[in-house]
Amino acid sequence: MNIDWNAFTPWPALAGGLLIGLAAAVLIRFAGRIAGISGIVGGLLRPVAGDRAWRLAFLAGLLAAPWVYALFAGPLMPSIDAGWGTLLAAGLLVGIGTRYGAGCTSGHGVCGLSRLSPRSAVATAVFLVAGFATVFVLRHLL
Amino acid sequence: MKHIVVAAIAGLVFGLGLIVSGMVFPAKVLGFLDLAGAWDPSLALVMAGAIAVGLPAFAWARRAKLKLPDSTRIDRRLVGGSLLFGIGWGLAGLCPGPALVVAGLGDVKALGFVAAMLAGMAIFEALERWKG
Repeated sequence: MNIDWNAFTPWPALAGGLLIGLAAAVLIRFAGRIAGISGIVGGLLRPVAGDRAWRLAFLAGLLAAPWVYALFAGPLMPSIDAGWGTLLAAGLLVGIGTRYGAGCTSGHGVCGLSRLSPRSAVATAVFLVAGFATVFVLRHLL
Repeated sequence: MKHIVVAAIAGLVFGLGLIVSGMVFPAKVLGFLDLAGAWDPSLALVMAGAIAVGLPAFAWARRAKLKLPDSTRIDRRLVGGSLLFGIGWGLAGLCPGPALVVAGLGDVKALGFVAAMLAGMAIFEALERWKG
């Protein structure tokens, strides 16, 4: 294995991870909800009375984050390199997959693993291996 | 009302975490997923940091008898769904949270990805309803 030491950013990664964990802790502690993004969004497509507002509030906070970040650290300019066809196929797969699998990187990978859930451990292992395999095919086989 | 304020704060902090950690940069995510290339292990530390805080928080939630997900089923839906998700993640380097954060900036490609993701979720809902 060949580690790219120039790209490796251990401290920001760890600090960002702590913030993500803190957000999940706050949501479960004070609202009794799981910070799983695909579940929070997907739940809006299956309306249950009294269950909408907190989801919309969480998403509003999430969408505001880059603007709040920019106030302190300057503008954020992530670039998405994937072409449109790949991007739309990816979005569709992520949408269907996270709902059938009942979670994504946050719901299974953070909250589920923090609960020591074997189900989430299997889901996380599967989507990680699928991600590794997909990038391997795209970058090293095609 | 309290839950709404808590959820908004949690969403904001979550988004800031995704930004600080680098997860909103698809190139960084793909660098992590590229085990056979020049591998960037950063995202393993994002997960480690998040779980370090999550472990005590969810241990508390269990002791407080909060309602937590109770399914323990490891079945074709879980594995098949996670497989499709992982493929989609590897194709573009975006998972739902980071995609929404970048879409929040008005980035056209992120908005396109989110639209496709919502369509995928709607297809799931339609199939579930059709199955009854």
